Amino acid sequence: MTTEFWNGNRAAAEAARQARVEVVAAYPITPQTHTVEYLSEYVAAGRLNARLVRVESEHSALSACCGASAVGARTFTASCSQGLQLMSEVLYFASGMRFPIVMAIANRTLSVPVSIWADHQDTLVNRDCGWIQLYAASVQEVYDLVLMAFRTAEDPRVVLPAMVAYDGFILSHASEPVETLSDEVVKDLLPPAPPHLRPLLDTKDPKQLGEVLFPDFYPDIEYKKHRALEESLAVLGEAFEDFRSRTGRRLSAVETHGCADAEIVIVGLGSMMQTARHAATRLRAEGMKVGVAQVRVYRPFPERELARAVAGARTVLVLDRDIGYGSAGMVYPDVTRALYHAPSRPDVLNFIVGTGGKDITPKTIERCVELGRGGYRGMSVFWPDARGPAEGIPYTPGVKACPCG
Amino acid sequence: MSVRLKDLPTEELLHKGNLACAGCPEMIGFRHVLRALGPETIVINATGCLAVITQMGVPLVPHFHVLFENAPAVVSGIDDALRVQGRREGVNLLVVAGDGGTADIGLGSLSGAIERGQDFIYVCFDNEMYMNTGGQRSGTTPYLARTTTTPVGVESRGEPRTEMRRKDMVEIAVAHGIPYAASASIGYPLDLVERVEKAARVRGPTYIHVHSPCPTGWGMEPSKTVEAAQLAVKTGCVVLYEVEEGKRRVTRPVARRAPVEEYLKLQARFRHVVADPAALAEVQRGVDERHAAILARMA
Ligand SMILES: Cc1ncc(C[n+]2csc(CCOP(=O)(O)OP(=O)(O)O)c2C)c(N)n1
Ligand code: SF4
Repeated sequence: MTTEFWNGNRAAAEAARQARVEVVAAYPITPQTHTVEYLSEYVAAGRLNARLVRVESEHSALSACCGASAVGARTFTASCSQGLQLMSEVLYFASGMRFPIVMAIANRTLSVPVSIWADHQDTLVNRDCGWIQLYAASVQEVYDLVLMAFRTAEDPRVVLPAMVAYDGFILSHASEPVETLSDEVVKDLLPPAPPHLRPLLDTKDPKQLGEVLFPDFYPDIEYKKHRALEESLAVLGEAFEDFRSRTGRRLSAVETHGCADAEIVIVGLGSMMQTARHAATRLRAEGMKVGVAQVRVYRPFPERELARAVAGARTVLVLDRDIGYGSAGMVYPDVTRALYHAPSRPDVLNFIVGTGGKDITPKTIERCVELGRGGYRGMSVFWPDARGPAEGIPYTPGVKACPCG
Repeated sequence: MSVRLKDLPTEELLHKGNLACAGCPEMIGFRHVLRALGPETIVINATGCLAVITQMGVPLVPHFHVLFENAPAVVSGIDDALRVQGRREGVNLLVVAGDGGTADIGLGSLSGAIERGQDFIYVCFDNEMYMNTGGQRSGTTPYLARTTTTPVGVESRGEPRTEMRRKDMVEIAVAHGIPYAASASIGYPLDLVERVEKAARVRGPTYIHVHSPCPTGWGMEPSKTVEAAQLAVKTGCVVLYEVEEGKRRVTRPVARRAPVEEYLKLQARFRHVVADPAALAEVQRGVDERHAAILARMA
């Protein structure tokens, strides 16, 4: 194991190289572009025996991965934001075909207004397309999770595509020390494509793929796909355990910090959870019992793990770096569902923060805690970032409520 | 050295029985294309009539129905994956799609795959409209043809876009510097087989545009499919030619063109044109002009 100083895109590309991907198809988009540039360099330098399909769009990028997967190749792509939305149709196709493609995503806001900075809107609107979704909070996690994604996607109990999401610029471009594994260790973690992934398209054994399915049978197939995704949680758990035994690094579906005795627990995805830990430490010093639960595996949703993590809390604050327009943040309903039947059902409040790349600082988190610490008082969704009418920005009365600036 | 009837491969690669309308041109064309290519063929099928009518295991070769617009991208991934794995030799990768999947929604994807030089045979069955969704106009619908989205009424006479501006897919492919492109017709199966066999010998992208008169969409007797296809060529509405490394050649020359009326009168979609001498003359002029332009490029 050596320590490297990598940014998130480099970490994703290195993990894909070590996974010995055979076909890479991707299209440039900021802040994701470097991932594919790194992979192009590895191929050019003979460090990776793969073909790069230099496609003309993201729709084609994922489609090419589907083709490669149909003949049994290990495939990788990367995208975000507008590019991910352009892929949307193919996302469902890939999961319906049960192609274990892995995609790295440097989260970026969706236009318009244009923003190249991070929020989670792009991956969250695609959370229900039958892919595994993992969210990294550090560059180290980007590296680790890409490896775990390949391993789980290809498991015979799963056979589904997987996305590894990490915040654009914050993780994609900022460099951090990364403990890397040797190619040999990765080979052990990720053996060559297992036999159940033999080519589906084979002239020696002709099959018809992508067929029409009549309504009588449709629910059966949907249920199987849904169950496979649910099952992937346990498979990921096994992979994390194997990973720990080889590397000493612990990964879990929900990572907790100071939750055991916490009265208030902050829940959310991605790099802002590092900031939340920092803020929680400060608040603890002031005597407030604050814990942090980082949701690392978002699809399948680790309902039980989350309920366990926040079991003692009075109030749960869900930070959403996104907004489900006209409703609430998109992570919020998942958390409320997980906690509705919990024995001591806590108050669950939602904070829309950091959309469009607005900085999330320890102060942002402290502000959320200040607004939410009293529990539910007639309002569940807060926008501590958004300026109200005093600043001349129109707002929806039901949503805005806090005296904030 | 043209293909003769007795040289035709006899192995059938489609099950008897399928979901097509009676007299379906795409089934005729697909059958000949597969016979020409043989069993070592993987078919990637864009959404459209052909993908639907071959459901329930009609093809005896691997058959992958993909999305409406992504077949060229899917075949690119297959092509590259087989190369990495050292299994590319001896397999034909065939893409089949309709004119909508080719000239309209899938044009970008096809352009990309040709430009990258992927190794595949692309066959477009052109029935000049979107038939799988019930007969809407497409980028290849002829001037004044009635479709469900270009109806005939007080304010409209059918497809308004003139003949000269119909998307010409062979020329679009040629503009990419494609090694081999051709037009063909289901009315001339030996010629079609020859085009396909030629394409199969090329390393790299190839494009074949197959004229496919659709009785359901065009309002014809199902027994008239082949006759209409031949009349399209005899009237010069369709010119059969190939472009090999930039060199053009008419593969089925027509000595004296028949008047377009003979072709149009088989089709209910042109009833309003056949009934109106001025409109008929306009269509004839459009066809003449397009025909002359295609032949002028042969020189
Ligand atoms: C993205 C997308 N848009 C629209 C459709 C609906 N659709 C399916 S087939 C088709 C038309 C097919 O027309 P064409 O390619 O000409 O083939 P044909 O059916 O005439 O053989 C359309 C519009 C779709 N399946 N996918
Ligand atoms: S509508 Fe036309 S192309 Fe489609 S199946 Fe019927 S005859 Fe064939």
